[in-house]
Amino acid sequence: MSKFRNLLVCTALASLAAAPALAEKLGLGRPALPEEIAAWDVDVSPDGAGLPPGSGSVADGEVLFSENCAVCHGEFAEGVDNWPKLAGGDGTLAREDPLKTVGSYWPYLSTVWDYVHRTMPFGGAQTLSDDEVYAIVAYILYSNYLVDDEFVLSQENFLEVEMPNAGGFIVDDRDGVEVPRFSQPPCMNDCKDSVGITMRAAVLDVTPDETAAGETASEAVQVAVAETTVPAAASAPDPALVAQGEKVFRECAACHRIGEGATHRVGPILTGVYMRAAAQAEGFRYSPAMTEAGEGGLLWDQTTLDAYLERPADVVPRGRMSFRGLSEPGDREAVIAYLRSFSE
Amino acid sequence: MNDTPNTTRRGFLKAGLATGGALAAGGGGAAANPDPLITEVQPWATGLGAGVDATPYGLPIEYEADVIRRNVPWLTADVISSINFTPIHALDGTITPQGCAFERHHSGAIDMRKEDYRLMINGLVDTPLVFTYADLERFPRVNHTYFLECAANTGMEWAGAQLNGAQFTHGMIHNMEYTGVPLRTLLEEAGIQPSARWIYVEGADASSNGRSIPLEKALDDVLVAFRANGEALRMEHGYPVRLCVPGWEGNMWVKWLRRVEVMDRPVESREETSKYTDTLADGTSRKWTWVMDAKSIITSPSPQSPIVHGHGPLVIAGLAWSGRGAIERVDVSLDGGRNWQSARLAAPPQPMALTRFYLEIEWDGSEMLLQSRAIDSTGYVQPTKAQLREVRGLNSIYHNNCIQTWWIKPDGEAENVEVS
Ligand code: HEC
Ligand code: HEC
Repeated sequence: MSKFRNLLVCTALASLAAAPALAEKLGLGRPALPEEIAAWDVDVSPDGAGLPPGSGSVADGEVLFSENCAVCHGEFAEGVDNWPKLAGGDGTLAREDPLKTVGSYWPYLSTVWDYVHRTMPFGGAQTLSDDEVYAIVAYILYSNYLVDDEFVLSQENFLEVEMPNAGGFIVDDRDGVEVPRFSQPPCMNDCKDSVGITMRAAVLDVTPDETAAGETASEAVQVAVAETTVPAAASAPDPALVAQGEKVFRECAACHRIGEGATHRVGPILTGVYMRAAAQAEGFRYSPAMTEAGEGGLLWDQTTLDAYLERPADVVPRGRMSFRGLSEPGDREAVIAYLRSFSE
Repeated sequence: MNDTPNTTRRGFLKAGLATGGALAAGGGGAAANPDPLITEVQPWATGLGAGVDATPYGLPIEYEADVIRRNVPWLTADVISSINFTPIHALDGTITPQGCAFERHHSGAIDMRKEDYRLMINGLVDTPLVFTYADLERFPRVNHTYFLECAANTGMEWAGAQLNGAQFTHGMIHNMEYTGVPLRTLLEEAGIQPSARWIYVEGADASSNGRSIPLEKALDDVLVAFRANGEALRMEHGYPVRLCVPGWEGNMWVKWLRRVEVMDRPVESREETSKYTDTLADGTSRKWTWVMDAKSIITSPSPQSPIVHGHGPLVIAGLAWSGRGAIERVDVSLDGGRNWQSARLAAPPQPMALTRFYLEIEWDGSEMLLQSRAIDSTGYVQPTKAQLREVRGLNSIYHNNCIQTWWIKPDGEAENVEVS
């Protein structure tokens, strides 16, 4: 680990000067209880340490993946739109634009188990049981042609699975390869014969437009809000407000789709939701709380949507929308106008 | 280090282009008519201004409303696992105000009260411990200014000039003065066992963003921080507690820090295998590329901060930093890297913190290909993009610290370009 010896030397002086002298323990904090450690210490290492007992089959994984993951990652883990692809890319690492997936790139299976277990599905982390995680991981392996369709992954056979790119990594060698090369005294004058422009950003034109900045738009929203004395249930939504709402909807797009061709994701399709009873989207599994609220007469109008989008849990306690809410009234007004534009 | 500004005309000429050139489209000339801003009594000079408490927590004046973070929507699928950029083209000095310091979340910015905060230290320690936020405030504190740079800063530029603006090419960086407790203090409170080699740190958000850090670094300068620039951290930067890992890639600076596990091996988490590894031309990938190489950028003039004052005196301003130590020198080229001159460093550089540099020139309106090149205290010289590509190929994504070129046109507009 010589790489940060240098760094140690450079910083030693500064740290010495600034660090408080500490001789003894201060006796602060309290011992962690075994149950607490068990709740938080869930990391799994490449050698399998940390894996809980359990197992799951490719067949079960396929069903679970389709229900919990496919809206973003695709039925075959091939990825939807800009969401990560989890399968494919075999043999592409040395090519232009390599496709890095669990199959083509990840060196350890433990990482897949650990990550799915603690972080996915996006918006519903830590809701899968251990057996479900085994099954889903088995299915991701299957999608990458690394196991056959009869395969059952378990704590026992975990280390037998071979990851194709396990040998594909080297420890940072910049200190040996780059630092000497880039530590030559630099040239100051007549360093090259000629200079020409070889590529221009303006030609590509992918830079976001500055004039479409959020703050000007939200000012427009504020004005619109102020001028609307009665929440406009009858009149058509203002197009500028709808446009602003479309931007706000980016905060919802992780879980909701709207409009033509929309499918359920973590949350239901929102087409037609405005002025409809809660929990009516066909084929979506709502929380019991939301279903009950719908049956109890909760109607998504300006007022109820505004309240729900500000603090979901205040309107539907124990509902399943794990969204922290929109605190800006202008944002809520705009996104509701956007929802309305799909209910006309 | 040369920290006296070249304020004299001779200084300008010495530092600048060898100009024989036309003077002052934008200044220095005689006024034709008296300026009404001077000759007429202005409203602010006769009426009264806002009272105290008009804004109990002050915000920038409305005229600065464009100095904000911006994102690039096409980069990511949604705004929850996404990134935006610090408006470095519109800031000066070195400290980044928290309100415009870039954000990067993997599962969104979470909202946690100090009262609900817990930090656990477990693993290879004598006594696993749990601290509350109040406990942390009772340990001896330190103050340090550090830059945080995302490993993906400038990543979109590997393949060629893409985004037109310093904010977008180099804005995944901020620099703040942190107050906190050295991680070493907390680890020693728990008692580190002899077999310990690594720590694994994770956050309280759904991504948890776990990273493995060698114990040597953890005991050296890693900080458990709860304030930045004197204030509580902002939610988007990990309120109430985040980790600072000086000089190392931003992803390791775990936000909403909830657990530090002392281990004898690295975890090889998703953030240190699938992501934050650098694929070379032959398909092998470097892992554990933690340190941020020396780098610099001219923040003005730049595409979002063109020259609007015409010919004459021009201040070229920029930022330089290195994860290996302090900045030693910054060179600036006006002609795409053929000739270089050393810029003036605004203050004595600090290790692992941003350094501001200036070069004052006399601009005659001719085209320039502006570049800057940082040299750090280890003697490392910021490479060109061609030099980096020679070693790493085109697919590395992370750790692009190449020299940037801005093409300044005769009308003062600037564009991101690549040069031969
Ligand atoms: C709402 C969309 C969504 C759903 C549903 C979802 N994910 Fe993800 N997934 C994401 C996003 C976004 C990321 C990237 C997160 C980040 O940037 O850190 C991701 C990342 C991943 C990765 C890592 C990809 C990589 O290359 O590093 C894996 C593996 C994964 N998800 C598995 C799953 C599994 C298994 C499920 C179902 C249990 C699931 N995801 C459900 C959105 C989703
Ligand atoms: C993290 C995922 C997530 C995000 C982000 C999210 N939602 Fe939801 N949303 C859900 C889920 C899940 C449900 C179903 C809740 C239930 O069954 O309790 C839901 C339900 C709803 C409903 C009720 C639908 C019906 O048919 O009754 C509306 C309206 C809604 N969301 C709007 C929004 C809007 C607008 C946003 C953005 C401002 C948003 N949601 C952000 C997950 C999300």
